[in-house]
Amino acid sequence: MNYELISSKLNEKFSTNQNQLNTSTAGDPYFLINKEQLLPICQYLKENEELWFNFLKLITAVDQGDKFSSVYHLYSYKYEFGITLKVDLEKTNPVVDSLCGLYKAANWLERECYDLMGIIYKGHPDLRRILLPLDWQGYPLRKDYVAPTEYNGIDNT
Amino acid sequence: MQTDSLHTEELLVNMGPQHPSTHGVLRLVVKTDGESVQETLPLIGFLHRSFEKIAETLTYKQVVPYTDRLDYLSSMNNSLAYCLAIEKLANLEVPERASILRVITAELNRIASHLLAFGSYALDLGAYTPFLYSFRERELILSIFEKISGGRLLYHYNRIGGVARDINIDIISEIGQFIDIMRKKLNEYNELVTENLIFIKRTANIGLISMSDAINYGVTGPCLRASGLKYDLRKVHPYSLYEKFNFDVPIGQGLKGQIGDCFDRYWVRLKEIEESLKIVEQALDLLREGEIRTKISANLKLPAGEVYVPCENPRGELGFYIISDGKPNALRVKVRAPSFCNLSILDPTCRNTLFADVVSIVGSIDIVLGEVDR
Amino acid sequence: MNELFNLLTNKATNDFLPIFNSSSSILILIGLFLISGLIIFTLMALTAMAGTYAERKISANIQGRIGPNRVGWRGFLQPLADSIKLLSKEDVVPREALKFGYLVAPILVFLGAFLPFVTLNFSEHLVIASLSAGIYYILAFTALEVVGILFASLSSASKWSLFGGMRLAAQMLAYEVPMGFCIITVVLLAGSLNLTEVVQWQATKTWIFGWTIFRSPVAFITFIIFFIAGLASVKRAPFDLPEAESELVAGFHTEYTGIRFAIFFLSEYASMFVICALTVLLFLGGWVGPIPTLTEDIGRTLVDEFYYFSREENLSYFSSFLALFSSKSEGGQKIIFNEVIGFINFVIKTLFLYFMMIWIRWTMPRIRIDQVLYLGFKVLLPFSMVCAILAAIQIVL
Repeated sequence: MNYELISSKLNEKFSTNQNQLNTSTAGDPYFLINKEQLLPICQYLKENEELWFNFLKLITAVDQGDKFSSVYHLYSYKYEFGITLKVDLEKTNPVVDSLCGLYKAANWLERECYDLMGIIYKGHPDLRRILLPLDWQGYPLRKDYVAPTEYNGIDNT
Repeated sequence: MQTDSLHTEELLVNMGPQHPSTHGVLRLVVKTDGESVQETLPLIGFLHRSFEKIAETLTYKQVVPYTDRLDYLSSMNNSLAYCLAIEKLANLEVPERASILRVITAELNRIASHLLAFGSYALDLGAYTPFLYSFRERELILSIFEKISGGRLLYHYNRIGGVARDINIDIISEIGQFIDIMRKKLNEYNELVTENLIFIKRTANIGLISMSDAINYGVTGPCLRASGLKYDLRKVHPYSLYEKFNFDVPIGQGLKGQIGDCFDRYWVRLKEIEESLKIVEQALDLLREGEIRTKISANLKLPAGEVYVPCENPRGELGFYIISDGKPNALRVKVRAPSFCNLSILDPTCRNTLFADVVSIVGSIDIVLGEVDR
Repeated sequence: MNELFNLLTNKATNDFLPIFNSSSSILILIGLFLISGLIIFTLMALTAMAGTYAERKISANIQGRIGPNRVGWRGFLQPLADSIKLLSKEDVVPREALKFGYLVAPILVFLGAFLPFVTLNFSEHLVIASLSAGIYYILAFTALEVVGILFASLSSASKWSLFGGMRLAAQMLAYEVPMGFCIITVVLLAGSLNLTEVVQWQATKTWIFGWTIFRSPVAFITFIIFFIAGLASVKRAPFDLPEAESELVAGFHTEYTGIRFAIFFLSEYASMFVICALTVLLFLGGWVGPIPTLTEDIGRTLVDEFYYFSREENLSYFSSFLALFSSKSEGGQKIIFNEVIGFINFVIKTLFLYFMMIWIRWTMPRIRIDQVLYLGFKVLLPFSMVCAILAAIQIVL
């Protein structure tokens, strides 16, 4: 399996040029996909027998200054190949569909992204903070986050 | 007596964060009906040290020692994964001797980590002695590491572009002795624990994780292999010259029960110790004179781009996802922590088991909270 | 000491009673009872403390450690240091705890561990009270310990303690019953509930063939069942579920501190000793050694000797007691020699079982509660019942 195959399959199934393979930067290439198509694309990738991306390795959120991106690392145990999907989200309203219905692993990973970056995963059954206390204010991994000086009367400095 | 006067209630038991067998500061809220467990709610984050935030503010080289502290029982493997990720993005060549040294230390650390998993698992099941036996052998590894790197728990041995120090003939012979001792001791472990009827009764057919569940929940490492999938990153996507080594990937075979039970997870770890010994033995033979580090500039800058490098850690797939925007520090460093993903399968596995089985299952999944909470 | 009690109970000593006609003699008698109580108490405390030391040293040996080696010669005084430390700690009572039950529980546990010592034969005559239903006396007071632990677990206001109590209640049901059947087997074979008579029955054959376990295969199976059940009844690994450390933190004594915790801790070792001693008395010939005693049986007991001695020498009770031990009577010396040999036999056998218990604890993992119940109700109970029936048939035949 290679990137071309996946790319052609995606373009064939989802007939737009919105889902592009980005190879311009150093390191791993990634697919920049449309926000609305995330769920169907993932479903297709998971269930198509020639792709079979049955393992969701990682969900990450990245604060890129003017926008957020939600990053998904999928892996196919059968074909031993991994790809990266990226979805761009607006800074003001970072909402994206949850993958919990497809991958059980998404549950905790999305909770972590919600906790630290404040991405809202639509359709997540239990979107709570996971690492930080439930009453924590703000999302620490955002670039504009200012660390509070105290928490519940405990001095942080 | 009227039946409706008999009133039973579910009992919420708060297990941890201070509890002998939650392996650190894991908190489990267990809903029990008598002895049987209906629901387990893991609450984590007590050890959150905001590694990812810190990693964004430091230069790439400064982050290396922090990675040691993620899974503090396998520091060598953590920093190896991070260094590989940086090297891949920076297109750095690592000298062969350094790669072999990395393999030796990583495999020794895997043995140390599995030894601790073995010992503490037996301790969870109420057998005290194997715990001390495994610490006795772990001590040998730690003293080797002390001679190699100067540290006993957190080593800062792997550096970007190579390793910190070379090893000498004394250390090589000490590692050789350790391999001989460990092989003998493994038999002792098997006699004491693996063949113990009570141990088998407590682990076989307990905490079954099917292969499809394991994949769906993102379980990796020994837990995945115990569920029957022969998948090892060292074999499938070899890194750091692992392709040169000849070793097997043990998978769960349902020896005493069904595939994917606690016993299989335990057994896979013991078998992996044997395989790691094989790798270390071959690595010692492959060790040739040479450089141990590629010179890198003091102010290492990476090209803009991103990279995800997975490594086979003792607990599963540890991946570093690093996004660089060309500055001396990363835009984002994300850790794919194996323990974190493995822990998410705890609740479905623990349903409708007995209270003692929860302890058994938590022990068999073998989490390190330093890595779960980061 | 046994004799003192026999004086009041045995009809053989009826003519001995005039000695005690004077009120001062009765005072002496009461004093001697108090002394023997004190001796037993000291014995129990020493047994328990030596038990903790033995456990530490043996476990250290098993695990390749050194064990206590700082306090006294080879850490010999470690139990003492521990006791002092525990005594000086604060006695915490949780706010939510039921005060009465919480405070009474250690006392009940202590009594349960202490009172069985009264009827244990350390040798043929070295016993406070050779009760005619001694076996059931021991069982009854061992059960008192269970009551104490249930008090502790239910009144601690801790969920771990509650779990411990629940487990204990289930476990005890599963084990006391097979244990009872094992005892019935021995009682049937020996024809007595008196521990002294049970052992005397075992002494009727020479060498080790008199011991209960070698009398019939039934008895041997019974012995194994009894020892397993005994392990469970003193909550030793692999049956330490009520206090399973890795599951229930500390089980029923989670909330206890200081001296109350010490009582729980020491009682465990004392009751371990009781169970081992009971096993030895019932199955392993008690004070009867593997080699027949070299001294010929002079046909007189220490009571008889006492009786003759005080008559002939016209001494008061107390002085005849002293005179006996200062070897003025040849028969007395022989009896005392037999007693000493018997005592050594008994202690060696008991300590061997004690060592077995420690050995098992540091080797075996803990079994699960449903497995305990399975073992108790479905394996040990039927087997012990069959053994009892077979023993009855053996007696009839």
